[in-house]
Amino acid sequence: MQTTNRLKPFFENITFDREDNTMVVNFGPQHPSAHGQLRLMLELQGEEVVKANPDVGYLHRGIEKLGENMIYNEFLPTTDRMDYIASTSNNYGYALAIEKLIGVEAPRRAEIIRTMLLEINRIISHLFWLATHALDVGAMSIFLYAFREREFAMDLMEDYCGARLTHSAVRIGGVPLDLPENWTTDLENFMSVLTSQIPVYEGLLTNNRIWRMRLENVGVISKEMAKSWGVSGVALRGSGVKWDLRKEMPYGLYPELDFDIPVANTCDSYGRYKCYMAEMYESMKILRQLIPMYKKSDSQLMAHAPSYLSASKEDIMTQNYSLMQHFVLVTQGMRPPVGEVYVATESPKGELGFMVVSDGTPYPYKLKCRAPSFWHTGLLQDLLPGHQLADVVTIIGNLNIVFGEIDR
Amino acid sequence: MAQHKVNYLADGGEAIKLTTVDKIVNFGRSNSLWPMTYGLACCAIEMMAAGGSRFDFDRFGTIFRASPRQSDVIVVAGTLTKKHAQFMRRLYDQMPDPKWVISMGSCANTGGMFNTYATVQGVDRIVPVDIYLPGCAPRPETLQYALMMLQRKIRREPANMAQKAKRLI
Amino acid sequence: MRAYKPKNDLQKKSYYNDRFFVTPQLEKKSVFSDSTFSADYLSLKNIVDIQDSYIQLDHLVIYINHTDNLKAIKHLKSIRAYDFMMELSAIDYVAQRGGFEIFYELLSTTKHKRIRVKTFIREEQAIESVDSLFRMADWSEREMYDMYGVKVNNHPNLKRILMPDDWHGHPLRKSYPLQGDEAASWYEVDQIFGKEARQTIGAELRDAACVDRYDTQRFARLGHEVPKGVEISEGNEPNTPIRYQEEGGVQLFGKKLVTPFDEMEKTVLKERR
Repeated sequence: MQTTNRLKPFFENITFDREDNTMVVNFGPQHPSAHGQLRLMLELQGEEVVKANPDVGYLHRGIEKLGENMIYNEFLPTTDRMDYIASTSNNYGYALAIEKLIGVEAPRRAEIIRTMLLEINRIISHLFWLATHALDVGAMSIFLYAFREREFAMDLMEDYCGARLTHSAVRIGGVPLDLPENWTTDLENFMSVLTSQIPVYEGLLTNNRIWRMRLENVGVISKEMAKSWGVSGVALRGSGVKWDLRKEMPYGLYPELDFDIPVANTCDSYGRYKCYMAEMYESMKILRQLIPMYKKSDSQLMAHAPSYLSASKEDIMTQNYSLMQHFVLVTQGMRPPVGEVYVATESPKGELGFMVVSDGTPYPYKLKCRAPSFWHTGLLQDLLPGHQLADVVTIIGNLNIVFGEIDR
Repeated sequence: MAQHKVNYLADGGEAIKLTTVDKIVNFGRSNSLWPMTYGLACCAIEMMAAGGSRFDFDRFGTIFRASPRQSDVIVVAGTLTKKHAQFMRRLYDQMPDPKWVISMGSCANTGGMFNTYATVQGVDRIVPVDIYLPGCAPRPETLQYALMMLQRKIRREPANMAQKAKRLI
Repeated sequence: MRAYKPKNDLQKKSYYNDRFFVTPQLEKKSVFSDSTFSADYLSLKNIVDIQDSYIQLDHLVIYINHTDNLKAIKHLKSIRAYDFMMELSAIDYVAQRGGFEIFYELLSTTKHKRIRVKTFIREEQAIESVDSLFRMADWSEREMYDMYGVKVNNHPNLKRILMPDDWHGHPLRKSYPLQGDEAASWYEVDQIFGKEARQTIGAELRDAACVDRYDTQRFARLGHEVPKGVEISEGNEPNTPIRYQEEGGVQLFGKKLVTPFDEMEKTVLKERR
């Protein structure tokens, strides 16, 4: 039963009206490749793309304006929904930016837990990338295998913070909870499962003739194009630029940890694929170093900064001044110093930055989230011309874009 | 003897009650619900996880179809923004009857935490919804429970429900 | 007279400000405290006129004139090796100063340093696009135009990017309400069903704490004194009289201590009714 509405059918999807016989195809905001709401208007000459025009904004929820009307602590769960595949990396980036603004450093155990969560999120994100990219290119069984591995990791996250997807696992100043009993044992079991499974994926894909033909020389991002477009993360490292914020401008615990940065010199999708697979091994290396560090750290979880952060629950429940301060911080919000801060962290997608302009009130004056996927999508307009239509799907999948970040 | 002129086909054939045929048709409809992949935001990830091997969706007879013309159910998973609203309505209109809508997650139910200028405050402003599923993001088991509730709802309905207009809100 | 609420600044404000609280400022160090930054500063000073500069939280912040932005960034990119532009956006100071403060966030991978170039333009003025130097500005400036209404010259494709093409207003401005103005609230209804359907679909429910007693599903059973299963609809509420549990008399003392309570006789309740 059709209820009447104003929407007229439009056949803009495929037109042949242009003089030079190019076909305009609309890759609409809903399409089965699992990447969210990208609308790509492609002009095709036969099977080859002549012009590409990506249109975003179909998931624009006004997160930045929402941040201007929320107190600093209240905004943290909203950052979860930006890069919703690896939520803790957004939370951590934001918490680090505010900590730098107020001049507070999280205690050691909190940093260790945060880094563990970050690396688990990196593994979750890369497994998701592999699953959806392989599904788009055609290798559908990898989707099921990678999702099975992800379930183990999401169980770990759920044991820690209670949520599978939108974690909010860190707070400004530290973490709220300590690791549960046997969590580190579960983590070690997970890593042993993953170490035995990643070679299975590599065996299925790396030397697979079809995979190589689909990915080699497709989506070549030259170094100049990458630098001009502000590309970061694996897309940059796949183009030969050895730049990873964890090593080059380190934050948190990364100066003490020993890991490598995989770089590919081929600049194409296949190089980026190899970097992603290698990064999963590096994340596991980091996790293995963190487990003994956790056991040796002492148990403070939140930083001590009474003018900005609440005290621990025991103090709030027993000491009067802690209760008063907590009340003021929750109802009115913390008042950070006047100034601006820009802090960038290496999220699984690239350089995730938060620019916070504070005017001393509990509400930020401006909160800009620098999402790496925004420019990776803009890059498509310069990258796609010259490729075949089938390569378009490969490239979009390979660039690892998340629409929650792009549209904020 | 009075001659009643009953128009048996009025109101979607409400005057005719088919019992066993109803049951068979509804059995077929409920056990092979084909959803359309309509993942918009974070809930889409949970929907995909529900289709994965741990919370298998295929055992309900559901196969995710990409095209609206071949699907029965649309699971609106994620935030609907005003820019996207007209496309959602188009896709809903393109689905053939009988069709159902499951609104998954807080953003689809009521706009969720995004009480802002660009979010549609609830997908039921645009399409008539059958099942509302709370959560942010709801667990995959919740989505499966919602699907089972939808199956129960379908089994309750008469087989010629397609002709009856659904109210929009 | 109703309270005057300024229309040009609709951001949420804190409801209580302590009179004696002095807000601390983030430390601004002199440019010459860091050798790399002082070299950048001195070489940039010869090219453009620098209004202000300081180092704040490991960033060199430089204020320039808005006409010089292309020159300054070109110098920083080609001579001073700032090869990435990470971020480009505007800060709304229309209410305070009548314009926007545009900032460019640059990164040097060889020197591992970040620099922030800031410039102030008035609301009516336009700024030159840096798309010729960094292609990322194509999309960033479009977003700046979309969200703030900042006009950009020589941009290849200055269209709205995040909002729909026919949107009215610039959302991130302080004068734009968070929940959207009139045009925003009916946008999707007008587009899909037409203005006539506004009545049937109804206004958006923006109040998160709103509880409607007479809603469609009767989820909110406000007033626990209504017994279970009773039909409640507006204008048709069954009257449940107030009863106290001591009416039958208090244990051990019997009925002597209890004055009988009759709702109809009490003057206060009569007025309320």
